[in-house]
Amino acid sequence: MHLYAEIAVSFFLVVSGIFGLVGSWGLIRLKSTLQRLHGPTKATTLGVGGALIASMLYFAFVKNSLSFHELLITIFLFLTAPVTANFIAKAFMLHHVREEELPETETEGGWGGYHDPVGAVRHEVSTKKPE
Amino acid sequence: MLSRLFPHPYLTVILAVVWLLLVNKVTPGNVLLGTVFGIIIPLITSPYWPDRPKIGRPFRIAEYVLIVLWDIIVANVVVAWIILFRPQDKIRTAWVTVPLDLTSPEAITVMAGTITMTPGTVSAMLSADGRSVLVHCLDTDDPQATRDQIKSRYERRLKEIFE
Repeated sequence: MHLYAEIAVSFFLVVSGIFGLVGSWGLIRLKSTLQRLHGPTKATTLGVGGALIASMLYFAFVKNSLSFHELLITIFLFLTAPVTANFIAKAFMLHHVREEELPETETEGGWGGYHDPVGAVRHEVSTKKPE
Repeated sequence: MLSRLFPHPYLTVILAVVWLLLVNKVTPGNVLLGTVFGIIIPLITSPYWPDRPKIGRPFRIAEYVLIVLWDIIVANVVVAWIILFRPQDKIRTAWVTVPLDLTSPEAITVMAGTITMTPGTVSAMLSADGRSVLVHCLDTDDPQATRDQIKSRYERRLKEIFE
């Protein structure tokens, strides 16, 4: 039992290491910023995921105690990673990508980063001091 | 009255469970503290999240999670292959517009997050009227097929869960 558990733990650690390395290599190798965005978001899934599964297996079978922290890390990672990627993409696009280079929205109003939301009211910020 | 006290009942349960998982020990004190957090946090944050999301079929969530996890594993291998072995000029990067049938903000958020977490695609922007999402594909030979796959695999299931 012990041996099988250790083999499984090692397997997931190696998988995690490989994908972490490939994700980082993608950062170096890919040309444009938007392409590079694909590298690390992938490393966070299988790269971190493999290490977390290995950790759960280790505590369950070698240390004989259940640990749920890994599940929480996975959930928090899945909640936060897309937001970061989206912010980086948006910040880069507003500086370096003109809207004409993007495909059509096929709906009204253009892409959200370049226009106000449809139906939104623009509130002018008053600079006058209250009397 | 009850909905004033518990603006987000699901969130209350989730917060209490997350607290118990964080401390990793189930004792009466921890259960009590978790419940207190579960009641106070939704109350304080409810001005920022006024509507209660409608979840039609909660049991479909498990199916959705499994499918997304499987897709993440498959796509990880595909993207790793592209990064390692594909010559730089043969990577066919493309923008894809995915028109949305979903209307609930929570459903659209989950879908955009799913697109980003599955390797090879990143959701970059929403249209100004919130009816379509701009997706950046690392490598695709057929943008139309990518769009159809996102719509049939993720959006259809999210529509069943949320609407």
